[in-house]
Amino acid sequence: MDSSLTLFEKVWRAHEVVPETADTPAVLYVDLHLIHEVTSPQAFTVLRERGLRLRRPERTFATMDHSTPTRTEQIFGGAPITVDAAARQVRELERNCADMGVELLGLRDARRGIVHIIGPELGVTQPGKTIVCGDSHTSTHGALGALAFGIGTTEVGHVFATQCLLQRKPRTLAVNVRGTLPPGVGAKDLILAIIGKIGVAGGTGHVIEYRGETIGALDMDGRMTVCNMSIEAGARAGMIAPDETTFRYLAGRPRAPQGAAWEASLERWRQLPSGPGARFDREVDIDAAALEPMVTYGTNPGMVIPIGASIPERADDQVLAKSLAYMGFTPGEPIREQPVNVVFIGSCTNGRLSDLRAAASVLRGRKIASGVQMLVVPGSQQVKRDAEAEGLDRIFIDAGAEWRESGCSMCLGMNGDLVPKGHYAVSTSNRNFEGRQGIGARTLLASPLTAAASAVRGRVTDPRELF
Amino acid sequence: MEALRLLRSRTVVLPVRDIDTDQIIPARFLTTTTREGLGAHLFEDWRYGPDGAARPEFVLNRPEAGGCAILVAGHNFGCGSSREHAAWALRDFGVRAVVSTQIADIFRNNALKNGLLPVIVEPDVHGWLLEHPGAQVSIDVQSTTLTLPSGTAVRFALEPFARYCLLNGIDELGFLLARESEIAAYEARLGSA
Repeated sequence: MDSSLTLFEKVWRAHEVVPETADTPAVLYVDLHLIHEVTSPQAFTVLRERGLRLRRPERTFATMDHSTPTRTEQIFGGAPITVDAAARQVRELERNCADMGVELLGLRDARRGIVHIIGPELGVTQPGKTIVCGDSHTSTHGALGALAFGIGTTEVGHVFATQCLLQRKPRTLAVNVRGTLPPGVGAKDLILAIIGKIGVAGGTGHVIEYRGETIGALDMDGRMTVCNMSIEAGARAGMIAPDETTFRYLAGRPRAPQGAAWEASLERWRQLPSGPGARFDREVDIDAAALEPMVTYGTNPGMVIPIGASIPERADDQVLAKSLAYMGFTPGEPIREQPVNVVFIGSCTNGRLSDLRAAASVLRGRKIASGVQMLVVPGSQQVKRDAEAEGLDRIFIDAGAEWRESGCSMCLGMNGDLVPKGHYAVSTSNRNFEGRQGIGARTLLASPLTAAASAVRGRVTDPRELF
Repeated sequence: MEALRLLRSRTVVLPVRDIDTDQIIPARFLTTTTREGLGAHLFEDWRYGPDGAARPEFVLNRPEAGGCAILVAGHNFGCGSSREHAAWALRDFGVRAVVSTQIADIFRNNALKNGLLPVIVEPDVHGWLLEHPGAQVSIDVQSTTLTLPSGTAVRFALEPFARYCLLNGIDELGFLLARESEIAAYEARLGSA
């Protein structure tokens, strides 16, 4: 294959049904369409209004995650779903999938979970695929070398009807990461530092490829954390070249190719990485060895500092002032030792097994501070079972945390898992926007290690203090 | 989709950068299964206090905002979530164009599919618009120009196919459905690979 092509360009070219021209965007084929209860109902309505069916129901895969409860009794015990409208969405997705022949991992399915956790977990996410979903964190799947991006509901309807999207080819941005991450600093800190460097609009119009020895050394869970937050830098997608780590992760997963098909797939996947002559439209370099645990202080993920730093002072910046007023922070004060009321471990960013292991490693033999509420929400039912098999649930419960069923939960609070007004939440999720976790909620994004350490002390804490 | 050719309106100005779609329409209103009625909750937590009363100082609550179809906002409007509800809420409220120096990718795509025009202008024009709320502006989709009250006209970039669809009120689904033979041929190649 042409050694001047990037990973992105190879996947893009292989999916051009009709290449773009000056007047028209490309018609791009979608290998896998993931859907959930929140952004699909209106698309099903459009299909019905126009008398259309799904072109490829077998390439469509549904689950429910955003508005579903996380209390065991509400899923398995017959207790009602607290939010009526959420219950309606769940029923509507069940009906739509049944009518249109779409496979649904429903509320009580043992394989259910956050859509971006279960895709890779089941092996439906594979290198070289085009994957879309009505959710901006679809970028997560790029960790396996797929081209995966979020779309709106109108486009969900387009994929339903034609299995294709009209797309202009994005530009490419290489983020080159070198050096070894220091102890206590992980994939979440890395991506927060990248967003801090390029800004929340720095990736707009681009697909990011994360490259370099540091990325190669990350496990798949860490790579997914990095790609997940590409959208927080404004990028359409984030990708990482598939390698032996990727193949080991996928081998034997229920929906991954098996036998001769596996060998044939491996051969194709090994051709995907960017060639030695590949050129990117932009490049950014990051020194991983210089990083510290990162934590946000404001109301977007680009407002982020090393945990030892102080909250910025910029007298002429009204947006910063508004943001700090919302957060109740004083410019110039340290972020460390700020009080914490709520800790959330979970989400498509940090709801995988290694995230729970990291949090548990801090909590083992410790208690969370009195007055702190801590919610641990596994990213999928499989992650939950795996964690329980290792006894992680006991560590969380013994520490005083709540151990829940899987879902998006407190990342966006659609299911009623909310941070009270004015309270400070150290959260392993992806967005610290105003009101994201509840009206008036104040979110500090951080890694699972930092979140767990902050739960123990009831204050924003550098996890390395507790090693 | 409703066509958009020429828009003449006073502007309403939100001089805040990085306005995310969680602000445009908070997640608790995403439990709807229809597209209608979201304008009532546009910028809900900026428009209304905790008691549900309108905040009189918020720009969309001021009498002069009534009837304004052009929203001028800070850099990087519409970042964050892919929720098309953000575009639906703006349209339902009566907004037909958003003007900024940068507009987030997914929001821009969603806007164009709902007859809501994203307009990217240079920082000097943007700066003038931010400082002159209520300015009478016209936006011509045919010539892709924005004209200031002084008569100064500036061009803005608009993807040619999106422009064609806006001018003619065409939705993209029809175009995609008409590519049936190419899609079938692509799938046949996939099957034989």
